[in-house]
Amino acid sequence: MAEAQPIVPPLVITPEREGSRPIVQVLHDWIVTVDHKRLGIMYFCYGILALVIGGIEASIMRAQLAVANNHLVSPETFNQMFTMHGTTMIFFAAMPIVFGIANYLTPLMIGARDMAFPRLNAWGFWMTALGGIILYFSFVGGFGLYGAGSAPDVGWFAYAPLTSPAFSVGHSTDYWTIGLLISGFGSIATGLNIMTTVLCMRGPGMKLGRMPMLVWLNSVMAFLVLVAIGPLTAAQLMLLIDRYLGGHFFDTQAGGSAVIWMHFFWIFGHPEVYILVLPAFGILSEVIPVFSRKPIFGYNIMVAATIAIGFISLSVWAHHMFTVGMTSYANAFFVASTAAIAVPTGIKIFNWIGTMWGGKITFTTPMLFSVAAVAQMLIAGLTGIMLASAPFDWQLGNSYFVIAHFHYVILGVIVFGVFAASYYWYPKVTGRMMSETLGKCHFWLFLIGFHVTFDFMHVPGLLGMPRRIYTYEASRGWEGWNLIVSIGVIFQALGVLFWVFNVLKSYFKGKIAGNDPWDAWTLEWSTTSPPPDYNYAELPVVRSRRPLWDLKHPEDPDWKYE
Amino acid sequence: MYPRSANCESNSSMPCEGRARRSSRQVARLALLFLACGSSAAAATFGPSPVPSLFSPDSTPAHDIYHLSLFVLAICLAIFIVVFSLIVYAVVKFRRRDQDDGHEPPQIYGSNQVELAWTVIPILIVVVLFLAAARVIHAIEDATFPPDAIEVTATGHQFWWEFQYPAYGFVTANELHAPIDKPMHITLLSADTDHSFWVPQLAGKTDLIPNRRNEMWIEPHALGHYVGQCAQYCGIQHAKMLLNVMVDSQADFQKWVQDQEAPAVTSEQVAAGRKVFEANACMNCHTIAGTPLANGRFGPDLTHLMSRTTIAAGAAPNTEENLTLWIKGPDAIKPGCLMPAMQLDDQDVKSLVAYLMSLH
Amino acid sequence: MAAASVTVPQAEMPLSPAMRGKVGMWCLIVAESSIFCIFVVAYLYYAGKSVSGPTPAQVLHVPIFASICLFSSSLTIVLSEKAIHRGNIKQFGIFWFLTLALGVIFLVETGIEWHRLIYNEGLTISTNLFGTTYYSLVGLHAFHVTVGAIGLTIILLFTLFGAVKMEHAGRIGVFAMYWHFVDAIWVVVLSVVYFIAR
Ligand code: HEA
Ligand code: HEA
Ligand code: HEC
Ligand code: CUA
Ligand SMILES: [Cu+2]
Repeated sequence: MAEAQPIVPPLVITPEREGSRPIVQVLHDWIVTVDHKRLGIMYFCYGILALVIGGIEASIMRAQLAVANNHLVSPETFNQMFTMHGTTMIFFAAMPIVFGIANYLTPLMIGARDMAFPRLNAWGFWMTALGGIILYFSFVGGFGLYGAGSAPDVGWFAYAPLTSPAFSVGHSTDYWTIGLLISGFGSIATGLNIMTTVLCMRGPGMKLGRMPMLVWLNSVMAFLVLVAIGPLTAAQLMLLIDRYLGGHFFDTQAGGSAVIWMHFFWIFGHPEVYILVLPAFGILSEVIPVFSRKPIFGYNIMVAATIAIGFISLSVWAHHMFTVGMTSYANAFFVASTAAIAVPTGIKIFNWIGTMWGGKITFTTPMLFSVAAVAQMLIAGLTGIMLASAPFDWQLGNSYFVIAHFHYVILGVIVFGVFAASYYWYPKVTGRMMSETLGKCHFWLFLIGFHVTFDFMHVPGLLGMPRRIYTYEASRGWEGWNLIVSIGVIFQALGVLFWVFNVLKSYFKGKIAGNDPWDAWTLEWSTTSPPPDYNYAELPVVRSRRPLWDLKHPEDPDWKYE
Repeated sequence: MYPRSANCESNSSMPCEGRARRSSRQVARLALLFLACGSSAAAATFGPSPVPSLFSPDSTPAHDIYHLSLFVLAICLAIFIVVFSLIVYAVVKFRRRDQDDGHEPPQIYGSNQVELAWTVIPILIVVVLFLAAARVIHAIEDATFPPDAIEVTATGHQFWWEFQYPAYGFVTANELHAPIDKPMHITLLSADTDHSFWVPQLAGKTDLIPNRRNEMWIEPHALGHYVGQCAQYCGIQHAKMLLNVMVDSQADFQKWVQDQEAPAVTSEQVAAGRKVFEANACMNCHTIAGTPLANGRFGPDLTHLMSRTTIAAGAAPNTEENLTLWIKGPDAIKPGCLMPAMQLDDQDVKSLVAYLMSLH
Repeated sequence: MAAASVTVPQAEMPLSPAMRGKVGMWCLIVAESSIFCIFVVAYLYYAGKSVSGPTPAQVLHVPIFASICLFSSSLTIVLSEKAIHRGNIKQFGIFWFLTLALGVIFLVETGIEWHRLIYNEGLTISTNLFGTTYYSLVGLHAFHVTVGAIGLTIILLFTLFGAVKMEHAGRIGVFAMYWHFVDAIWVVVLSVVYFIAR
């Protein structure tokens, strides 16, 4: 290998802005772009927009459930709300956001100039965008904008036979099916792209064993995308055949099976949730070391654990189906495989603690979000373990306890992780720092809101409150709890607003960041902020997992120990 | 908090259980005090309750699950306390101090011993959790029944429940009667979409799925009225598909069975109402045993409507006003339910309700 | 992918950017396989579960000729690959054309088979579970063959206009991977539909 020429840090430049050029031209440039950085930003913004829309839908549900016997929205509108909320959040908020982060950072982190297939990359984004547009077109379809138009109302996993032409007249379900089908193609394209980029585009010296954790987790995520989106695509095709060509896949009248849809959906659905959480784990694994001033603890084991999670998560899907009357052996098997995931996940949590142990932790906003995410992953995982115990799930399943469980993971880990990432990499993306004071306000508001909402959401579940009900009687004793839960949302919304404000303000007013504001160690910090179109004028040669550490500490570089 | 008063009333008549059960409830309370801020302690009650807490079981399968859940909760609680305090300790102890020398801390890359430790211990815990769960799965799913176990076939409809007692040959709706301390074996079917049979205090939930035959069983140990609810999204009125299970003493149950077996008898003063019923589409959707015409199966069996405390699957108390309201327009009580408003003039509705009120 | 053709200095990387076409195709094959996998599972799960006739045993004839054509097309495409590696564009064109021809014959045969099933046997996609699963699984494969055939045609046209040169061997190879995959899938579909679940 070539002798490591030092990574010459380019001189700090004030990020120049496109303001000068005519808006049409700027827009045109963004629409036709194939640059991974721009596509990453577009993915991210698209996801945030969806998060806000989905959040508003959630707020409507919470307003309806805040008190017993509420008549704020009609039953069908409520059912459309949770369907759209779930679908939007999973497929058009969470996935685009993690894809965006992967898109922006993967080439930078492995010392490449772009993704393997830039045009396919753009195609993937526009497919995802189109899918979302089709889904939301349902609002203006059907009987116009009354209520929620003809938005789908079958729930985000659309169990058969509720989706059959007999029970879902009109086209509401088709918006859902076709929207997800198309965005699924986009996801597969992006998964393929990330995978190939990681395998083929690594810069000189960037061995697999030297890749940053985030890149590792993203490649496992990409692998899961490749194997898990297929089943969803297949199931959606079958559903379309049933609805349009008179097929009988899920037609229980003609001998079809309602349960096989559940299998097909969850064979996709469970890996999906790990598709979402693994990148979040990756973010934590980047942020925590830098702000503890120590390398990630047990890199090899962390990588192994990630791969283990990836594979095990393909064999646990039926833990969503403990109540459909599987044989005791099937149930027992899925209890075992599901609980087994606790081990690699635990390893991750312990290694994050190990990374902080003996370090010098500075509590910048990204670090605050990361530490909170670790603690919340612990709790959310443990409620998962309760659900994984099949008999316990016969009680908890489809209750608000489940809702609480997965919001705990999705918000407590994924959204917190995404916020951490936004504060951590914003300087790299825009060249300016985000305001720490606003950041702290955002953190505390969102933390309080999150816990008020989702800690207390476990309780109605334990008191026998099923999910997907648009109202309940006061005599059921769920009212007080639901009120508390709803109040928490206000704080979350405020937190998000603070964040949005911070992002916008810092873009113009934030102080110049320089190349490496956090004194970090991965490659992306060696180029200018924002990086030039070609990322690296001179592709850096890597000799260890922390190339910038080697650069800053020639006296004891990492490669001596690896 | 909230439910307390309600419970006490509903329980005043309930027999109180032995110390053992209560103390185990204390454990549950304790566990939950940590887990959910003591919340559901408020709901851990004795006997049936409108707040069907998972922590006040009154039936054999529910009990098995309850004890397993305490065990799982305890383990999770222990793990939580240990790991959480580790996090807190690390964060507090290793934060950068004000009087910091600016040097980087010693760079530790990992340690195989500790990695091994925190791999093996969780594996052991997982094995324990699996064995505990497997035991209860077997106990509940592979249970065998004494020949005198009561057989019931529950069929889920959008959005109500049909209960058949094959042994006695009658059909009823929305309110299941079961004798105390006797196993009842329930066969679960569905006429349309998925539903799920869930009465938390009696047993875990099992889905009712079209073109599939599921089973579950209960063995209640306390008298009274247990509430549950459909727990699988089944359409617009999934929220108002409540389940009522009446646990009777052996004698009361036998009496109830006899009443249900008898056909409906129409007295003269309500004959007008019966005519209206048979002159309209009612009879196409509803069965009234003892009348030749009314034999529809699309809606609940009305033969002994008045033996039920609620109408439309717990959507409203079974009173004259509600029946009138219901027949004038079901949407007033259960918007979107599958019974159409029949556009009858007030006179007909009046006599019709009178007739329905006579169906004891 | 001109936009991405950046020259990264070679380190000790096993997989170079030059190989990204093949790797990408492998990823696509993985994704496609998972889709087919689900359709195959559905077919096997519903085998013999139809509530009404006709049954596979009554109406299906093993498409021997069509299968032979498709399988041999894998051979011809390998030969055309060899040819272009040797820079023999003419030979490449001939074998490429043969591949296309064999693929098209397969499609025509399938069409004839379906025509017979629909008009003589009265089996449509909505007749029963067998019809639904049969047409969707075989149809999904036929769709992939069609896509492949279109690709073959386009490249053939390029060849005729002399646009295909030796340096395109790599991309031809990537395309050939897809064609082999389509063949391999047919092995599965054939054995599942015409032998296992008969
Ligand atoms: C988004 C990410 C995400 C993640 C990471 C998880 C993680 C886990 N989930 Fe969750 N889950 C969802 C998202 C997620 N889930 C969603 C969206 C649903 C509902 C879908 C719907 O119905 O709408 C769901 C539903 C769901 C169910 C079905 C409930 C039902 O519908 O009846 C179950 C049941 O087993 C379950 C279990 C688990 C388990 C065991 C884990 C494990 O991965 C957790 C592992 C982590 C730990 C255990 C903590 C750390 C470990 C240690 C400290 C080591 C020591 C601990 C032990 C040895 C126990 N989840
Ligand atoms: C990424 C995934 C994700 C995220 C982030 C969320 C976020 C939230 N979710 Fe959701 N949720 C799901 C995924 C997600 N959810 C899924 C998959 C389901 C299952 C659906 C189904 O059953 O089919 C579900 C179901 C679900 C339910 C159950 C519905 C039911 O079964 O009846 C509820 C009820 O409280 C709920 C609430 C919330 C709340 C309060 C938030 C909050 O965290 C939202 C906070 C964010 C905002 C509030 C937006 C930001 C606000 C602003 C920018 C200001 C403007 C806003 C206002 C003026 C209000 N969710
Ligand atoms: C199109 C079918 C249909 C017709 C016609 C119909 N019903 Fe119903 N009825 C139903 C259904 C379905 C339900 C259950 C609704 C629910 O609980 O969701 C029901 C419920 C009821 C109930 C409540 C039963 C219970 O125990 O909950 C009563 C009483 C009743 N109908 C009376 C009538 C009368 C009287 C008429 C005629 C004027 C009538 N129905 C006409 C379908 C019908
Ligand atoms: Cu029946 Cu929900
Ligand atoms: Cu899962």
